[in-house]
Amino acid sequence: MSVIKGKVWKFGDGVDTDIIIPARYLILPLEEMKHKAMEPVKPEFAEKVNEGDIIVAGQNFGCGSSREQAPAALKALGIRAIVAASFARIFYRNAINLGLPVIECRDLYEQVDEGDVIEITPLTGKIRMPENGMEFSGSTLPDFLLEIINNGGLIPYLSAKFKTS
Amino acid sequence: MGQTIVEKILNQAGGTKDLSAGDIVNARVSCLMTNDAVGELLIQALDELGAKPWDKDRIAVILDHYIPATTENAARTHKLLRDFSKKYGLHMFDQQGVCHQLMLENSVLPGDVVIGTDSHTCTYGGIGAFATGVGSTDGAAAMATGELWLKIPETIKIELKGRLPDHVHPKDIILKVVGDLGADGATYKALQFSGEGAASISTEGRFTICNMAIEAGGKTGVFEPDAVTEDYLKDRKEKGTFFKSDPDAVYCEQITVHLDQLGPHIACPWSVDNVVAVEKIAGTHIDQAFLGSCTNGRIEDLRIAAGVLKGKKIHPEVRFLVTPASRHIYQQAMAEGLLETFLSAGAIICNPGCSACFGGQGMLWEGEVCIGSHNRNFRARMGHRDSKVYLASPETVAVSALAGNIEDPRKGA
Repeated sequence: MSVIKGKVWKFGDGVDTDIIIPARYLILPLEEMKHKAMEPVKPEFAEKVNEGDIIVAGQNFGCGSSREQAPAALKALGIRAIVAASFARIFYRNAINLGLPVIECRDLYEQVDEGDVIEITPLTGKIRMPENGMEFSGSTLPDFLLEIINNGGLIPYLSAKFKTS
Repeated sequence: MGQTIVEKILNQAGGTKDLSAGDIVNARVSCLMTNDAVGELLIQALDELGAKPWDKDRIAVILDHYIPATTENAARTHKLLRDFSKKYGLHMFDQQGVCHQLMLENSVLPGDVVIGTDSHTCTYGGIGAFATGVGSTDGAAAMATGELWLKIPETIKIELKGRLPDHVHPKDIILKVVGDLGADGATYKALQFSGEGAASISTEGRFTICNMAIEAGGKTGVFEPDAVTEDYLKDRKEKGTFFKSDPDAVYCEQITVHLDQLGPHIACPWSVDNVVAVEKIAGTHIDQAFLGSCTNGRIEDLRIAAGVLKGKKIHPEVRFLVTPASRHIYQQAMAEGLLETFLSAGAIICNPGCSACFGGQGMLWEGEVCIGSHNRNFRARMGHRDSKVYLASPETVAVSALAGNIEDPRKGA
C-alpha cells in the first residue's frame, strides 16, 4: 500500500462512537448520516473535512458501541487514515473490515496540530511530518489484514477470494 | 498448564484443544444476533458477498432500537429486516424487548459462542457463554459462514469476596470495577468474575455485571456456571455445557473486590469510568430518571425500584421512565402489580426495547440531567451535547426519582 499524505484533524482522548456518530442518526442513509459525524464535539467537521484528510486522536478512539457506521461515516467523508494513541477493539476491527487504515502511535499526538500535513506508510508504520522532517513509528498490521485493507475491506477481499478459488 | 473458561469455550468452538490466550481461533458460532441499529448494513454486506445465512435456526434478527418505528427511515429498516428474515426463515423478534434479554430468554446456553452486532452482547457471559460484539461486516461474514476468527483474549480475574450489604447491588460492583480499570483497562481482554462472592450473585445480577465489561474495553465478561446457573435454566430443555476455569489457569491480572465494604457507586458525565461513591455527589439536581435497558431492566430491578416507590410519589419535577427489558418481564411486572406501583408513583411506562438508553426516547435538552440504570453516559448519547447522564443501580435511580436529586439509597434506611 502506498503512502497516505493528508491534512490532520485532531481529536482528544476517549472519542466514543456516540461522538463519531450519535445513535439517533444510525438509520439515516449513509450519505445523509455522514454529515452528522463528530457533531457533539466538532460540529463543523463534516462540512469542512476534505477527501484525503487524516484523523489524529488520543487514547481509546472509537470506544463504546459496535456500530460500523462510525468508521463508515468517516470513510464516506473522505478520511483516509486514523492515527490514535490507542483504539477500542471493535472500532479497530470495523475500520480494517471497511478498508480504512488505522495506526497506533503514542508520540505523534503531542507533536501535531490540526491542519498539519502528515505522511503515513502503512506497510512500515512510519509517520512523517514533511514540514519539519519529524518522524514517528506507528503500529503495523499483519500481512493478511494489510491485504484486506488493500482490497478495500473484508467484503471485497472475500469476494475476490471466492472468484479466484 | 490450566485453561480459563474462555480458553476452553473457544478451543471447543474451534475444534482445537491446546490454544491459549493470544492464539487465533476460527470459532464455530452457536448463534448470531443482529438488530435494527446495524442490521441493514449487515444485509448490504451479505448481498455484496453474494452469500446467504448459513443456518436459519441459529440466527436471530431483533427490532429493538427504533421501536415502534420512530421515523420513516426506521420503518424502512424494519421492513427490510422483516422481509429478509421471512425470506430465509430466520428467528424474528419484532419489538418484543432488548435484543440481549430476548437472546437470553430464548437462545443462549452455557458454553455457547455467541456473536452479536451490538457491543453489549458480552452480557451472555452471565451464564458462562462466550459472547462478544462485532460490527456489521464481521456479522455478515459470520452469517455467511457460521464462523468467525477471534483472538483468544487474556483474562483478568476479579475475585469477589464476602456479600453485598443492603442497598448495594451488582451494578455497584461493575461501576467500581470499570472505574478502577478505566475505559480501556480491559481492551482485548476478558473479565472473569469468581470467588465465594460470585456464588451469592443472582443470574440477573451476573448479566448486569457482564453487560458492562465492554465499558472497560473488554472483549467479554464471564461467570463460571454453577448451581445458580442451573436454577436459572430449570425450565429450559437444554442446559448447554458448564465450563470452569482450571485452578492453575493463567490470568494476566488479578483483582479482589471486597463486597462487604462496597457502597453505592455512580458514573458521572461523560464517561463510564468517571465513577465516584454516590454520597460524593448526593444532592445533584435531576430532571429525568430512567429505569431499564439490557443492563438493569429485568424483573429483579423492577422489584427493587417498585419496593422503593410503593405508596410514594416521584418528585413533581422529575420525569421517570420505566422500560421493562422484554415483553415477558413486562407481563411479569404486570402480574406482580409492579406496573401499578410505578404508574401510581407518577412514572411513564415505555414499551420494552432499548428506549432512553441511547436516546431512542426520553431525550434531554441543554443543561438537563438524567440518572439512569443503563450502561453509557457518553456526551450527546441521550440528547443535547450539553445534557448530562449519571449511571447507577436501580435503587439509587428510584430514590433519586423520589428526591428530585441524586440520593444515597442508604439515607433514611
